[in-house]
Amino acid sequence: MYGKGRIIPALILFLGLMTTPMWYKSGDAGKMPKPEKPKDYTECVAPTAYMRTSHMVLLNEWRDDILREGGSRVGKTANGTEYVRSLQNGCMKCHNDKKKFCDACHNYTSVKPYCWDCHLQPKEAM
Amino acid sequence: MRIMSPLIAVLALVLVALVTAQVPGGQALLGIILPYLAFALFLGGVVYRVQHWAKSPVPFRIPTTCGQANSLPWIKQNKLDCPSTKAGVIGRMLLEVLLFRSLFRNTKAEIYEGPKLVYGSSKFLWLFALLFHYCFLVIILRHLRLFMDPIPGFVAALEFGDGFFQIGLPVFYQTDAIFLGALAFLFLRRVLLTNIRYISLPADYFPLFLISGIAITGILMRYFLRVDVVAIKQLTHGLATFSPAITGQIGSIFFVHIFLVCALLIYLPFSKLMHMAGVFMSPTRNMMNNSRMVRHINPWNDPKIKPHSYASYEDEFREFMVGADIPVEKELPAQPAEEEVAKAVE
Ligand code: HEC
Ligand code: HEC
Ligand code: HEC
Repeated sequence: MYGKGRIIPALILFLGLMTTPMWYKSGDAGKMPKPEKPKDYTECVAPTAYMRTSHMVLLNEWRDDILREGGSRVGKTANGTEYVRSLQNGCMKCHNDKKKFCDACHNYTSVKPYCWDCHLQPKEAM
Repeated sequence: MRIMSPLIAVLALVLVALVTAQVPGGQALLGIILPYLAFALFLGGVVYRVQHWAKSPVPFRIPTTCGQANSLPWIKQNKLDCPSTKAGVIGRMLLEVLLFRSLFRNTKAEIYEGPKLVYGSSKFLWLFALLFHYCFLVIILRHLRLFMDPIPGFVAALEFGDGFFQIGLPVFYQTDAIFLGALAFLFLRRVLLTNIRYISLPADYFPLFLISGIAITGILMRYFLRVDVVAIKQLTHGLATFSPAITGQIGSIFFVHIFLVCALLIYLPFSKLMHMAGVFMSPTRNMMNNSRMVRHINPWNDPKIKPHSYASYEDEFREFMVGADIPVEKELPAQPAEEEVAKAVE
């Protein structure tokens, strides 16, 4: 092999970069977020499986529906519980601890919704 | 056919993944075993190819000059395009690797009436290649959020910049659209320009289709079909920490995505995509043009073989040369003794 002095360090650098996630100080993989579910309620505004994957789609629909189409500000869950279709007064009324619920998942997956630039978080609202 | 067979190959890969994700144990195969295998083959393959290339000796400078070489003091040298110093070579390599300078010089030739051949600059390939590669880089770096915990700060910064326009929810990433656009350009270029189509092979189309497949499944997963990202991070972060587990419901689309990525990882070291490492090893880019200043000695010259000048060559073979009517610089001694000639012939 020619050029050993340059090629071997370069290959080691390549391998090191490629395997970064493997030697990076990773917490252990079992550390799944456990969002704290509301105690006073039993069901969300939509089936839990849908909420887990698509709650942001729902929020977007609400926002467009209410602010642009003049849609209703109240909705009913499958079992008839009334709720306000709103980020602050709806979601956050049942999920009243943002840190232990929304942020638990979001920090884990590096999601930083910009909503809170304007909308108030539950504690501030009080 | 040169387009259809790679397309069918990629569609077949998608189908295989869709079916495998349904059979029991298939998800563990696609989500755990195959990624490890593909990653190992990728790393091993790249190292193998590079050390294999490194076996080829490059004893002399191969300067493809695109500018004035170092010459007499009053002739201005083009220090970046024809470097004669290490710093110049590093500059040329940086421009090549980071900004694709060679592509920037791309020209097109057209024939006009006359007939007149006209060369013009052609920058679109350079532009779209640059967009393609940088979007790919940003997308790969963004994926680190799924493999690391805690997530390094630059990932969040990239996500913020990429979703700067705050369109829709989940926030739309510009790189996704630019990436697809650049892929479409690279594909259409091969199909629409007749001279490029003529030299395009399945090995040119296959990576384009494969990477498009990866991009499309990823975009479907983020914006349309939706998947449980928390469950996926548990799996992918588990892969990185050697404790993978599949819990919860992960949609089939994820397995198609990861299967295509594995296919790309396995394919990469053995394909033209190895230009990723090859660019660093191009003798025409990484050597200084100093052949006029330094004597480069062939490293595998046999020291036992001594230099043989023409004069001594002629001394050795003069008689035969004269005998064969080949002109010589020094004539034979006036009267060669007959016996001597006979001896030499023996
Ligand atoms: C009426 C009260 C109520 C409202 C309003 C409400 N939720 Fe829920 N949400 C719940 C309950 C209760 C659960 C737990 C359901 C379960 O365990 O199956 C839940 C579950 C969820 C989950 C799944 C958590 C997990 O760990 O699986 C998400 C995500 C979620 N909600 C987001 C939202 C968002 C976003 C909004 C506003 C658009 C919202 N919720 C509005 C009561 C509510
Ligand atoms: C620039 C400030 C701003 C940002 C950022 C913002 N909103 Fe809003 N949002 C508003 C205003 C103002 C209203 C109107 C409030 C009203 O009429 O009740 C509103 C209303 C809404 C509504 C309907 C009514 C209600 O009370 O909630 C929803 C749903 C909503 N926003 C969701 C979001 C989500 C989700 C995000 C983050 C992705 C977000 N917003 C980011 C300013 C903002
Ligand atoms: C089960 C975990 C989980 C919970 C609980 C959760 N989220 Fe999310 N949320 C996610 C994930 C994962 C994403 C990113 C999805 C992606 O990247 O495709 C996300 C994305 C979002 C987005 C879009 C952000 C963007 O920049 O694209 C908004 C807005 C959002 N969540 C609001 C909320 C609110 C409000 C709550 C609390 C009521 C909440 N989420 C609770 C997991 C969760």
